[in-house]
Amino acid sequence: MQPSVCLPVLFQKWFTEKGWEPRPHQLQLLEKGRAGRSTLLIAPTGAGKTLAGFLPTLDDLMSSPERIHNGAGLHTLYISPLKALAVDIERNLKIPINDMELPITVETRSGDTSQAKRRRQRTRPPDILLTTPEQLALLLSNQDGAFLFKDLKTVIIDELHVLAGSKRGDLLALGLTQLRSIVSNLLTIGLSATVARPTELRAYLMPQYNPARQIDIADLVYLKSQIEPNISILKTKKPLPWFGHASRHAITEIYDKIQKHRLTLIFVNTRSQAELLFQELWNANEDNLPIALHHGSLNSERRRKVEAAMVKGGLKAVVCTSTLDLGIDWGDVDLVINIGAPKGASRLIQRIGRSNHRLDEPSKALLVPSNRFEVLECRAAMDAVQTNSQDAILIRTGTLDVLAQHIMSVACAGPFMMNNLYLEVRSAQPYSDLSREMFERVLDFVSTGGYALRAYERFARIKLTKDGQLRLAHPRLAKQHRLNIGTIITSPMINIRLIRHSMRSSKRKGKTLIGGKILGEVEEYFISELKIGDAFVFAGQVLRFEGMRETEAYVSQATSLDPIIPSYQGGKFPLSTNLAVRVRKMLADGGANLGLPTPVTEWLQLQRDASILPNANEVLVETFLRQKRSYLVVYPFEGRLAHQTLGMLLTRRLQRADLHPLGFVANDYALSIWCARDIGYILETGASSIAQLFDEDMLGDDLEAWLAESGLMKRTFRMCAVIAGLIERHHPGKTKTGRQMTASSDLMFDMLRKYDPNHVLLEAAWNDAATGLLDIARLGQFLNRIKGQIRHINLNKVSPLSVPILLEIGREWVQLDESDDLLRHVTLELVSEAGLM
Amino acid sequence: MIELPLKFKLYPQYKYHTHSSSLYRESLIADASGALYWPSENLLVISDMHLEKGSSSAAKGMFLPPYDTRDTLLRLANVIKSYKAKTIVSLGDSFHDKLAFNRIRREDLEFLHLIQDGRRWIWINGNHDPEIPSKVGGECFDELQINGLILRHKPSSKKSIYEIAGHMHPSAKISLYGKNIRRPCFIFNRKRLIMPAFGSYTGGLNILDSAFVPLFRDDKFCVWMQGDKDIYPIDINKLQKDRTPV
Repeated sequence: MQPSVCLPVLFQKWFTEKGWEPRPHQLQLLEKGRAGRSTLLIAPTGAGKTLAGFLPTLDDLMSSPERIHNGAGLHTLYISPLKALAVDIERNLKIPINDMELPITVETRSGDTSQAKRRRQRTRPPDILLTTPEQLALLLSNQDGAFLFKDLKTVIIDELHVLAGSKRGDLLALGLTQLRSIVSNLLTIGLSATVARPTELRAYLMPQYNPARQIDIADLVYLKSQIEPNISILKTKKPLPWFGHASRHAITEIYDKIQKHRLTLIFVNTRSQAELLFQELWNANEDNLPIALHHGSLNSERRRKVEAAMVKGGLKAVVCTSTLDLGIDWGDVDLVINIGAPKGASRLIQRIGRSNHRLDEPSKALLVPSNRFEVLECRAAMDAVQTNSQDAILIRTGTLDVLAQHIMSVACAGPFMMNNLYLEVRSAQPYSDLSREMFERVLDFVSTGGYALRAYERFARIKLTKDGQLRLAHPRLAKQHRLNIGTIITSPMINIRLIRHSMRSSKRKGKTLIGGKILGEVEEYFISELKIGDAFVFAGQVLRFEGMRETEAYVSQATSLDPIIPSYQGGKFPLSTNLAVRVRKMLADGGANLGLPTPVTEWLQLQRDASILPNANEVLVETFLRQKRSYLVVYPFEGRLAHQTLGMLLTRRLQRADLHPLGFVANDYALSIWCARDIGYILETGASSIAQLFDEDMLGDDLEAWLAESGLMKRTFRMCAVIAGLIERHHPGKTKTGRQMTASSDLMFDMLRKYDPNHVLLEAAWNDAATGLLDIARLGQFLNRIKGQIRHINLNKVSPLSVPILLEIGREWVQLDESDDLLRHVTLELVSEAGLM
Repeated sequence: MIELPLKFKLYPQYKYHTHSSSLYRESLIADASGALYWPSENLLVISDMHLEKGSSSAAKGMFLPPYDTRDTLLRLANVIKSYKAKTIVSLGDSFHDKLAFNRIRREDLEFLHLIQDGRRWIWINGNHDPEIPSKVGGECFDELQINGLILRHKPSSKKSIYEIAGHMHPSAKISLYGKNIRRPCFIFNRKRLIMPAFGSYTGGLNILDSAFVPLFRDDKFCVWMQGDKDIYPIDINKLQKDRTPV
């Protein structure tokens, strides 16, 4: 359907001068804007999505020039998940504005914006402000929010599929309700890549006033990609490895592809893989090709340099992590290589979209599986992309810690009525099911800590006034709170600083380190494992650790044949359910008719001969003896997180059954546990049944008991405690170090479990754990699905399918959660050194 | 998930030698709770309880769970019970601040009186609680001398003195298998012993901090770390510094 609107004359002229034609979806958005209809635009990368999003704003501003002379407030807010994206949009948006000489002001606002500029933005705002969800929350926690946003017409949310479904999305949804309380008839425009269930995103954009009766959803403009991407799996001369994620075997072929293309983007899943691959490519780089590295730990200046070089066409290839996933136009990419497992179809589609950023040419992508299982996963992802089958964004309810933060922000902005705030919060889609009781518990937490022991009433942060309003007790509290706004809690990071030179002082033994430039930052715990003199790889160089100075690690350039690669906590995505289903099906068919590489089909054939290939509804459990140990291997394909949780719970169960479990290892596909006693024998003789072993009731008491000690649960609680404001991230004037914060949040966790087990923050942490680090939700679905569908095979030797997971033993740490075990170990070492043992 | 061939008994004793005009030795027991038991005197020492630290943060707008006083006293009651100690010495900073006595809940104060009942109870004055009101019960001293051994809050740095002190909140940090553990600890040499802080919300100072240098000059000292169930002697070469300034 052709939209009936036309562009303003000036705009049409600009398009014509550029030799462009406005695209139908751009005009459709303009039409929606003029009609005042909030809209979700789904379009592939390169479709001019951003310009489409801004068209209604530019149109409206052009038709009301009198605004400018009236000292009007902000007209449009643009929210994106990345600061860098806002900067990029500012540049692109200024092109038409300058060309047409429009009197429209555009500014960005981020953590880097100067104090003076921020203050000025609040008194004399630009027409269009480009910012992030956290900055919006900050603006809204100020008393002058009502003034700043009084003329607001439009909110544009870019990459909505990334934000919705996360805590940042919860924060933004609550921010939107606050904006709606200031201005009615707010126009919201969501920009998104293709998603499986757009209805959820459409509801996110609309206020939900009566979700019981009807869910309000925004209009949808949907632009399908017409051209199928050209994807293939890289074939290599060297044989496919059994395990690992480094893809060392494919370096020659990858290098060859880089030579043959203009600009290749090479995506990997973790920062350590990026470092490793970059190092390997560097060794292979005989022609001195300009190849760069880009990941989230490098300092922003280095990243900006790489980005600028890409745009200019000065690079042949960039090795990167998800930092380049999102929609910035990075020059003339004509090949995307994805190393290792894609983990999810949507992510792969997004990455593939980075190449040939034009709609009329197919994107070209190569998948490089780094082991046999990944071949299956790559193949599944390829099929999913070709049928445009997206991973679903999980339906989830808004988190309570973010709600607590929001309530405090509202209180900082000014007095409020409890009932009004409750209704306002519920109008946000993630919170549309929030009960009155839960709301009051969170409010109580914010005002007095929400403890069963009502000890802090007299210190209440929010107090009831005579006219029934709730009011912040002291302005000092607002200042404290603003330093803690946001939902991104990262591990404490340490700067890596290159030393300029070190002066050897003759009098003292030590060296004086003189600092040079900062290379980037790395998690504190990695540095704390290093000894002075250790070599490690960072920012694509081999570095020698020279020592700590305050919060910085000093390093020098080094050459070492055996450097350590930093391991990073972030960036390990679990396998998506969509792909897992496909992989299981492929396995059931033995990978037939898919043109898989011979080593893979042979491997599956061997498995069929030695054991079985389970059908798509079954789960295979194998037991066998090897080197006097009994192994149990199970293949759920539910992702590493769910497998780790399953591993912990099964181990407890086996321990109780006196089978003496000694350890376990989990990856995205399988889980292996080894015991001192023969599990296979016990299962075969019926002393213990396989159904009992995998009974769902392990999610009850066993889970509860394990969680009490689990480091993962404590980490989850820490994040909730910081977001909810129980523990402060920042004090005015000083930043709490990660170690202090960790210690105290563990204490709070233990205290609450002991004396206040129904506390709202424990509930918040539990909810997070279920979907987050422990993935209990997925494990629960799995245990339910496999009832009566478990195929146990007792073998007399290792099965072909189990080889990859067994090879990971020893490469992964065996989980030791109890500190006492470790302490005992250190003591024992001491005892044995002394010859007492 | 490691099965260890040898298990430690619940409270390994260590010999704490003291020395004055005539040579004699005292045997003391370091308990996993952070308390120190002196069998020949039937006396139990604890230090730096910082009662009501939670409510002190609440007054500043940070609502830590208000259960620290109850938790500290319960742990204290347990350790007293297991040794059947007749004399209790709290080595100072028993209360977090001067207003703690106003904030302490009636139930907690009553519980404290219950533990005190039938025992000699001695408060050593600390810098956080230089004056303890009589409603709390017990006797107050600046320091105490028992069998030539001085019990006081702040350690002196004099060489010739044999003392047990608190104040420093010693903590030790070690790394193993990629994990860091930082726990309160006893630190001692032949003449001086510094107690770990007993309170539920007390932080710790790394024993490699320069503040410990004047106390243990000769580098010959022993460190026993508190675990959840046991107390563990640690090889001092394994000790690690804190990476970030405290």
